[in-house]
Amino acid sequence: MSAKADTGADRSLREGRKIPYVLAIPAMAFMFVFFIIPLISLLKSSLSTKPDRFKPHYAFTWEWSNYSDAFTRFGGHLLRSFAFAGAATLLCIVVAYPVAYFIAFKMGRWRNVLLGLVMVPFFTSFLLRTLAWQSLLADHGPVLGFVRSVHLGGTLEWLGVLDNGRLLNTPLAVIGGLTYNFLPFMLLPIYVSLEKIDRGLIDAAADLYSPFSATFRKVIMPLSLPGVFAGTLLTFIPATGDFINAQFLGGTNEQRVIGKAVQSQFLNLNDYPSAAGMSFVLMAIITTLVLVYTKFMGTEDLA
Amino acid sequence: MSARTNRAGRRPWGSYVLYGVAGLAFVYLFVPLFRIVQLSFNVQKGKKNTSWNGFTLDNWANAFKSSNYIDALKESLKVALWACSLATVIGALVAIAITRYKLKGGTFINLMLVIPLTTPEIVMGASLFTLFFNEGVSRGFWTIVIAHTMFCVSFVALTVKARIRGLDWSLEDAASDLGAGPLRTFRKITLPIITPGIAAAFLLSIALSIDDYIITSFVAGGVKTLPRQIFDGEKIELPAQVHVIASMIMFVAIAIILVSSIAGNRRKAHLG
Repeated sequence: MSAKADTGADRSLREGRKIPYVLAIPAMAFMFVFFIIPLISLLKSSLSTKPDRFKPHYAFTWEWSNYSDAFTRFGGHLLRSFAFAGAATLLCIVVAYPVAYFIAFKMGRWRNVLLGLVMVPFFTSFLLRTLAWQSLLADHGPVLGFVRSVHLGGTLEWLGVLDNGRLLNTPLAVIGGLTYNFLPFMLLPIYVSLEKIDRGLIDAAADLYSPFSATFRKVIMPLSLPGVFAGTLLTFIPATGDFINAQFLGGTNEQRVIGKAVQSQFLNLNDYPSAAGMSFVLMAIITTLVLVYTKFMGTEDLA
Repeated sequence: MSARTNRAGRRPWGSYVLYGVAGLAFVYLFVPLFRIVQLSFNVQKGKKNTSWNGFTLDNWANAFKSSNYIDALKESLKVALWACSLATVIGALVAIAITRYKLKGGTFINLMLVIPLTTPEIVMGASLFTLFFNEGVSRGFWTIVIAHTMFCVSFVALTVKARIRGLDWSLEDAASDLGAGPLRTFRKITLPIITPGIAAAFLLSIALSIDDYIITSFVAGGVKTLPRQIFDGEKIELPAQVHVIASMIMFVAIAIILVSSIAGNRRKAHLG
């Protein structure tokens, strides 16, 4: 993460040491007040009790049971969220890697155009895209219509893609929706790391009679791992908290994910301490997983 | 740019598989977008525009007739303009600070910018909610602006940082050696080289702000942004108008992307 020495850096240091700090202060102050302080306030409310269950107000009492409740009452929600997010992240890698590779190595001067096209879904509402999937996968929608017309229903049922002739309201629909919505977040970092690879290394491997599979395994893949790493974090973390896909594409069972539970505890049930406890449990699990993952993948450059 | 060399050992069938997978992935990316465009030309039956009944241009002719969705869109645009302008200014400044200068607290600043990206939205929404609740701040337009600014700052700062990392700052020194004052150096040298990165960051943050539902739902109070209106209203009514507006934005985005990337290619070709 250390910044490389810029050409003019030393000189600038001589000119004025205060300027960079002045430039950094507004953003840092804003993040402190509206990111760090809210987290502290959430932490405090997660250790509070609610004296009157019909009033939203709560008092700080070192109430640890909000944390254990998160596991006992919402363990299933947590497990489901992590399973959906994990499956979607893996699928994202499987789909995004070849596409990123294709754009980086095969597309020459059209790279920027294709990369731009990958970004197009970003400019369409996340909710509308998910609702579009809902209408596509619906029982009388075009996807199932096509499956029926080519008589693939039985095979897909056997493969587990269809559930009693349905696509919508299944775990697979939720995972597919998550994969769809987070794909660009996986693709862009992988692309960036592939694009940075010095083509000379690949040519050198070929000159030394390395077959492509070996070049890929020993040169391209290791050098692209930082991208996979960054993409995994950018996909997995938001996907665990997401409940839009579960809400629109899942059935009543799939809809019971942790994000939805936190939101309804906050906004419908006004039980802030227990919702705050759940939020911190979610954060703690994610942080642990990220640390373990970082240990194995070991890369220092996320941004 | 390196010459396009032929890499030995590349199997043709591997290439075909790659082309196939990439093609399918692009189809996957665009299928729901085509669906949205298709539904924008749909004859709507009932309150929800979700299944295909036939072709019409009526929806496009009446794209902006007043409705809850148009009000919500206006609200979203207002939020995005405030939040993204603010986020772009302070995000770009901090990006310049950590890229341009050797800073002592650089690692810490970087960390402060990256952590929000690795925090689930639901946690950010919940924490802002408790802050506003504890301080007795009533939730509404300005709390949405604050929340959006907060999550856009990181994206802006990291985008600008990535864009200006490789720039040649010695041009600034050259300008001042030739007698340009600091203001003139900034206007003539610094501003032109950082502008493309900042513009890209601004556009990205607009897209993020207009699209946010989860954090907004915690801090909005009674204010309906477009995503909130869609989430709360789609069970009752989802007019074709929504699909028309989404299609318009999509077409404009595609046009901007194509023009800017082709222009970029031209520029590169000129420079050799």
